[in-house]
Amino acid sequence: MSKRIEVRDLNVYYSKFLAVEGVNLAIEPRSVTAFIGPSGCGKSTFLRTLNRMHEVIPGARVEGEVLIDGNNLYDPDVDPVLVRRQVGMVFQRPNPFPTMSIKENVLAGVKLNNKRISKSDAEELVEKSLRGANLWNEVKDRLDRPGSGLSGGQQQRLCIARAIAVSPEVILMDEPCSALDPISTLAIEDLIEDLKQQYTIVIVTHNMQQASRVSDKTAFFNIAGTGKPGNLIEYDDTTTIFSNPSVQATEDYVSGRFG
Amino acid sequence: MTIQTTQAPETGVAIANSLTAGRLPKSAPWTILVAAIAVSAAVFAVVSFGSGSGYNWGGALFVGALLYIPAIWLFSTLVEGRRRAMDRLVTALVTGAFLLAMIPLVSLGITVVTLGAARFDADFFSMSMRNVTGEGGGIVHAIVGTLLMTGAAAVISIPIGLMTSIYLVEYGRGRLARGVTFLVDVMTGIPSIVAGLFAYSLFAIFLGPGTRTGIAGAVALSLLMIPVVVRSSEEMLRLVPNELREAAFALGVPKWLTIVKVVLPTSIAGITTGVMLSIARVIGETAPLLIAAGFTASVNYNLFDGRMQSLPVFVYTQYANQGNPPQAYLDRAWAAALTLILIVMALNLIARLVARFFAPKFGR
Repeated sequence: MSKRIEVRDLNVYYSKFLAVEGVNLAIEPRSVTAFIGPSGCGKSTFLRTLNRMHEVIPGARVEGEVLIDGNNLYDPDVDPVLVRRQVGMVFQRPNPFPTMSIKENVLAGVKLNNKRISKSDAEELVEKSLRGANLWNEVKDRLDRPGSGLSGGQQQRLCIARAIAVSPEVILMDEPCSALDPISTLAIEDLIEDLKQQYTIVIVTHNMQQASRVSDKTAFFNIAGTGKPGNLIEYDDTTTIFSNPSVQATEDYVSGRFG
Repeated sequence: MTIQTTQAPETGVAIANSLTAGRLPKSAPWTILVAAIAVSAAVFAVVSFGSGSGYNWGGALFVGALLYIPAIWLFSTLVEGRRRAMDRLVTALVTGAFLLAMIPLVSLGITVVTLGAARFDADFFSMSMRNVTGEGGGIVHAIVGTLLMTGAAAVISIPIGLMTSIYLVEYGRGRLARGVTFLVDVMTGIPSIVAGLFAYSLFAIFLGPGTRTGIAGAVALSLLMIPVVVRSSEEMLRLVPNELREAAFALGVPKWLTIVKVVLPTSIAGITTGVMLSIARVIGETAPLLIAAGFTASVNYNLFDGRMQSLPVFVYTQYANQGNPPQAYLDRAWAAALTLILIVMALNLIARLVARFFAPKFGR
């Protein structure tokens, strides 16, 4: 159910502006990879190129290759919609669909694609996804209430349930806990630990403790200055990055002595 | 600029309400208003007594209200200081502007209801004007025509307008989108009679000059309606957060399904309101229908054949071509105007209910 991601010489542009330059890295299946680095260094931009979500932004384009189990995402014949069905995404701010109930939100990936699903299958999928997102016990009595009535942390877990309901191979998370309180954050970190058994997870975070708690490998991005492109500085096991990094900039950043 | 300190304002001036330091009592604005009106009433009484003419109540009220504005400002400055005085002055001005705007509306409502009530009876809603001269008769033909033509205009304009706005918001980039926006803005400013002449000449080309049909009227109305629909739905679609679109894309939903199943349902309440307002905008149009659809005394259910009466044109013809007795024609005109206003009100009410029904729910 999970796939290996390989990135080769990736450059990301916004129109003419080079935002991320020359990224090479390989992400192993069934692992958690964290992207850390200062704001504006291109972590989120790079994350979005892993399922072609950057194409939503006008003028954004990519040079280089992203291979998922050997298939290049940027092959001219590739349909971005099919890519996104395999590579799901959870956003910084919880964004459940306001017109839908909790149940419909979980089924959104199925229903919005006009797929037919029997009632019993649908109920099974809802329960399985909500259990997977650690939310089932809190919402099982109010599945037909609007999703926007939940708390922020619950909404974010609802979004994760929605993402795993379409059974992707990879889940990308763009600062999923930055709008949440510590308890909800803990719930989501536990969830990431569980999801790792089945999915390949890539997470962008500003919280270094979070990166060290949840991830197996960590990539540190940095930027030389405003107007310059972001670069991948170092990519290694999380323990190495946080205890014994090979680059001085990484050590400065993880120990708080940057700038 | 000098900074006002919170020193206690001078309360030594002889003011009835200077009981609290730096604060006018709650009743003060009303007291001052009554006092101002009383002063102005007294002045008007003296004038009317002196000149021997009738007492001018409206003038007394108006001057009293005008007097209130500097009075409240003055009292407030003396007691409460400059900041609060400015607040009270602006409050008075804003409230005054609101009341001023209400005067014509209320006056129009009262006039139409009182004058329209004379013929607001069962006959009026069960008869047409066929073979009616003088008294009696009704507006069935005009109601049918108005509903049919406005309905046909809505059927033409809503899909075109909605799809244009979807293009502008979701797909349009660069020159073409800017051109469309510009042309829509130009269309908003088209005088309605030009739309009527356009529809008339369009049908004259194909069906010969002098053709007047309901559908020609509907085309003229839709020309006026499309830009309003485009503008209002565009605003509503832009209000849908991009995060929702991204959420749908990230689930592997194609763009067109995202628009149909996420963007439109989220904004449907606002779009409905906009569409209803655009209908209310065109349902009262007279000039284009007079040219394109003509007028008639009989009921006509066929949009594609023969002239069609509508409520505004009915009002116009009744008033413009008064017969004998003229009062019957005037009564019919007022009652038809009242009917038109009621129809527009009903449409707005329906729009409100629809908007509430469709609006995203936030219950817990």
